Amino acid sequence: MATVSKLQKIASQVRRDIIRQTADASSGHPGGSLGCADLLTALYFKVMKHDPKFKMNGKNEDMFFLSNGHISPVWYSVLARSGYFKVSELATFRKINSRLQGHPATHEGLPGIRIASGSLGQGMSAAIGVALAKKLDGDKRTVYCLTGDGELQEGQVWEAMMFAAHHKVDNLITIVDYNGQQIDGPTKKVMSLGNLEAKWKAFGWKVIKMDGHNMTEILKKLDVAKNSLGKKKPVCILMTTSMGRGVDFMEGTHKWHGKATNKEQTANALSQLKETLGDY
Amino acid sequence: MLDKLTYKEKKATRDGFGAGMTQLGRRNKKVVALCADLIGSLKIQTFIDENPERFFQVGIAEANMIGIAAGLATAGKIPYTTTFANFATGRVYDQIRQSVAYSHKNVKICASHAGLTLGEDGATHQILEDIGLMKMLPGMTVINPADYNQTKEATIAIAKHVGPVYLRFGRPGWPVFMPKGTFVIGKALKLHSGKDVTIIATGHMVWQAVEATKELEKNGVSVDLINIHTIKPLDESAILRSVKKTGCCVVAEEHQMYGGLGESVAGVLAKRYPAPLEQVAVKDSFGESGKPDQLLKKYGLSPKNIYKSAMKAIERKKK
Repeated sequence: MATVSKLQKIASQVRRDIIRQTADASSGHPGGSLGCADLLTALYFKVMKHDPKFKMNGKNEDMFFLSNGHISPVWYSVLARSGYFKVSELATFRKINSRLQGHPATHEGLPGIRIASGSLGQGMSAAIGVALAKKLDGDKRTVYCLTGDGELQEGQVWEAMMFAAHHKVDNLITIVDYNGQQIDGPTKKVMSLGNLEAKWKAFGWKVIKMDGHNMTEILKKLDVAKNSLGKKKPVCILMTTSMGRGVDFMEGTHKWHGKATNKEQTANALSQLKETLGDY
Repeated sequence: MLDKLTYKEKKATRDGFGAGMTQLGRRNKKVVALCADLIGSLKIQTFIDENPERFFQVGIAEANMIGIAAGLATAGKIPYTTTFANFATGRVYDQIRQSVAYSHKNVKICASHAGLTLGEDGATHQILEDIGLMKMLPGMTVINPADYNQTKEATIAIAKHVGPVYLRFGRPGWPVFMPKGTFVIGKALKLHSGKDVTIIATGHMVWQAVEATKELEKNGVSVDLINIHTIKPLDESAILRSVKKTGCCVVAEEHQMYGGLGESVAGVLAKRYPAPLEQVAVKDSFGESGKPDQLLKKYGLSPKNIYKSAMKAIERKKK
């Protein structure tokens, strides 16, 4: 499928952008960013109807909220690559006087960002607020929210889950980056999440499982999710991913959650990721 | 002037909030309200009855309420979040900081049952630190109106102000004495002119200050009395004008002595016009259960305390 191979190519460039941003800043969170590169590519380059000219209120657009703000490098990359700002600005990530803050913020006016995130557990509440406003305004577009799995340890997420089911917020798709890793180690060891599918279902959500690295499946499952909207239930996608995906020595471990690659490691990582759209 | 500062009835400031919300609901379709299981206490039933689609019950989940409000504001609505002051601020400080203040969201955080006058529920609910918490946040406007009339006007006025606002009011019936049509955000209100001492008060303490002023004037002390309903941004020029005339001041608030209006005024005076300042505030302690007037007396927030502080400030000026 032509679309799939095109998206895979973009995702490869996005992964290069992630490695280069974090390496250049000598900090940041490459692991989770690499893990969500396929999803964000699919959303911004195929699934969502959105306008890079950027209006804060997102009227008549699909809107995306990143609750796990520490994976900002992947978001900055897809925003730049889809025209919200110049790709050259990616070089300013985490540096002084930059609009590309360590964690996403509206304060410096970076197009594409609608609310600050980073202090975890807050994004889904904001996404619900926007979804409610869309309903009030008769705006039929969809609100997407991405949250980490470790982030589900924050109590506010469960408040939001309860609210969305009770108030039938059925224009919202929350995607959980289910990589089983958090900064201190595997979630199973740090704080078990238990049976997430059963928990979301028990909270009144429609749950869809998805392989977050199979582009064909991502497109198919996002379609299933969209077709499940408007049925008086919020929709959750449990997206299985591998932290650090795309770079062999980074994959499947929490060790690259919040650590950048050094010079040698960067060269190694970049040698595994094809430059498809031109580096910034 | 002082004779006019009297009252025919007592009404709670939270009732003023409810009346303001009713009016706003009819006038401004962008206004939406959220509540964390305290509709009756916040007096917003009429707003809900008249605008059911613009009201969101969030249950006992204040953190989520703040986040949802931030989202509603993002999409162009003007959300009013409602609960008790303790749960409206301290409990959700990080949510307000990141999702509202740092993100420049047009959210109105409306808080009833602030301070000691909440009464019998006791210290778990009597927040005395909220002004400090809110005024420290960049871009946050902090308003603590004095009576029913002023709370109603403030409720309506903040809808026109673009930016986050903390609106603080209270539970008990309280004298309704402020003239209507006088509230402007950030503009201090002179209630009486005098030359011996400036008394600056906010919220419920404005009435306490009126009573103290009447006693002081009776005893030949001339008082410049100012109602500071907006703690941030502070009307510094009104304060400086007054203290330059009187040479000393008393600041009265139903709040902790640390972090409140008293410290803000002290900061202005220390930088621009050093003068003796006395604080009438809670002295680094928690409250307890009791009747509002008993609590105000026990914790040093009675008209008598303001009177004594005024005399002390005047005394210090002579040294």
